Amino acid sequence: MAEALRLYLVLARAEYRSAAQHRASFALLALTSTLLVALDFVVIAFLLQRIPRLGGFSLAELGVLYGLASTAERLADLMVGDIEKVGVQVKAGTFDLVLLRPGPALVQVAAPSCRPQMLGRPLQALVILGISLSQAGVPWSWDRVALLPATVACGTLIMVAVWVAGAAFTFVAVDARESMNAFTYGGGVLAQYPLSIYASWFRHLFTFVLPVAFVSWFPALHLLGRPDPLGLPEWFRFAAPVAADASTTVAAVAWRAAVRRYRSTGS
Amino acid sequence: MGLWLAVARHSFRRASAYPAAVVAGLLTNTVFGCVRAWVLLAAFAGGARMGGYDATDAVTFSFLTQGLIMATGGWNLGELPERIRTGDIAVDLHRPVDLQAWWLAADLGRSAFHLVARGVVPLLAGAALFDLRWPTRAGAIALPLSLALAVLVSFGLRYLLSLACFWLLDERGLNAVYGLLNLFLNGLLLPLVLFPGWLRAVALHLPWAMTMQVPADVWLGKHDGAVPMARTLGLQALWAAILLLGGRAVTRLAVRKVVVHGG
Repeated sequence: MAEALRLYLVLARAEYRSAAQHRASFALLALTSTLLVALDFVVIAFLLQRIPRLGGFSLAELGVLYGLASTAERLADLMVGDIEKVGVQVKAGTFDLVLLRPGPALVQVAAPSCRPQMLGRPLQALVILGISLSQAGVPWSWDRVALLPATVACGTLIMVAVWVAGAAFTFVAVDARESMNAFTYGGGVLAQYPLSIYASWFRHLFTFVLPVAFVSWFPALHLLGRPDPLGLPEWFRFAAPVAADASTTVAAVAWRAAVRRYRSTGS
Repeated sequence: MGLWLAVARHSFRRASAYPAAVVAGLLTNTVFGCVRAWVLLAAFAGGARMGGYDATDAVTFSFLTQGLIMATGGWNLGELPERIRTGDIAVDLHRPVDLQAWWLAADLGRSAFHLVARGVVPLLAGAALFDLRWPTRAGAIALPLSLALAVLVSFGLRYLLSLACFWLLDERGLNAVYGLLNLFLNGLLLPLVLFPGWLRAVALHLPWAMTMQVPADVWLGKHDGAVPMARTLGLQALWAAILLLGGRAVTRLAVRKVVVHGG
């Protein structure tokens, strides 16, 4: 494990040094990652200028959902996001090289995602989370204080699992790799809004199959001291670790099965 | 003319080479269309009207724009910047044809495929799940022209920005900035008509609005009537002309600047 982590950091550093060669591009990236990613919160604020509440949630409460969802999604993207490019390697047959090198395949394909210039993205979401929590009138208590970091950690793990499982799927359906975006970025976006605004089949899909609802919705209900408009059991609010454990297990199994199944290309 | 048709045809066939990718993209577009539609339905709850839209307009907008993503959405700058970075652009410049016209023809072929392949299904899926608004008579008549102009504006924008890579030599930063601004200014994050005050007025006149918001509004019958329709299509045509002519001018500067890497 320590060896895998060391390899991850070495590869991430190499990626950083290569990106830093193009100075203008590097500066633009750093600027975008810190400023422009806030635009998806800006549009929520635009909407809330016209209406007092969205699905019964005030702007500050929506900011809590947004902050939890985006922090988890962007931390996961920062840690493993480049794994979505594995489909290109599988298609070209260059995944052979990954398997030939001494070191876990997952680390090798995920490490280039760790770019310091992208650190601003999760940081921006954390800032919005902090401001929103201070404005939302959270009835602070020790369990809420403990729930907050646990939610960010479990949420990130859930999103990492979605990415890894999606990448495993691209081994089977190389040309269909874009469909994983529906669940990675799509999951990140849908978790920014109250789960109660979606149709029931959609809510069930993202609660019980892909547990994205545990990234933001259930913990946020407890943080904000709100009753669940959907009437799901109280313990769901604390079940993010269970969801994270289950989803990372499934993702790990899927990834190993996918790598084992890999046959190089003959063309 | 035969040459450009051949380029467009090959680009069309290239875009259609991977049906599985089309299906995957359709799934993603439909999921995003649904999420946007539900968010807007929650915002328009109780029969509200905002920015000239009602709930049905807003839901229809969500699926229309998801359907246009590949044709006019300009998700990223495309393959031209990468060719400039890798030096493959030298091959393009050696061809005895106009660089901009070559890429325009290729983009028209690509867009034509995606208009049909990626445009229809999200709308049908949206219609199956939600209540959508179908185009008015005037809207249906003007829509093909508006879409054609949207494709030209979208190409003009991406081509002009791609040329910046002749100076930057790396497209990643530009792509990241462009990708996020594009999402914001073309209405994919929120219909531009729901932007506040002056920002709404500005955003509705920028070229990004010409690529998605305007064709969607034409569909929704927001510009019905001879004068409003002529003004709308005229503005689209004006932006297309500005961007394409700007692209020509910058191309002349850029080819003098060309650096071929790895040579």
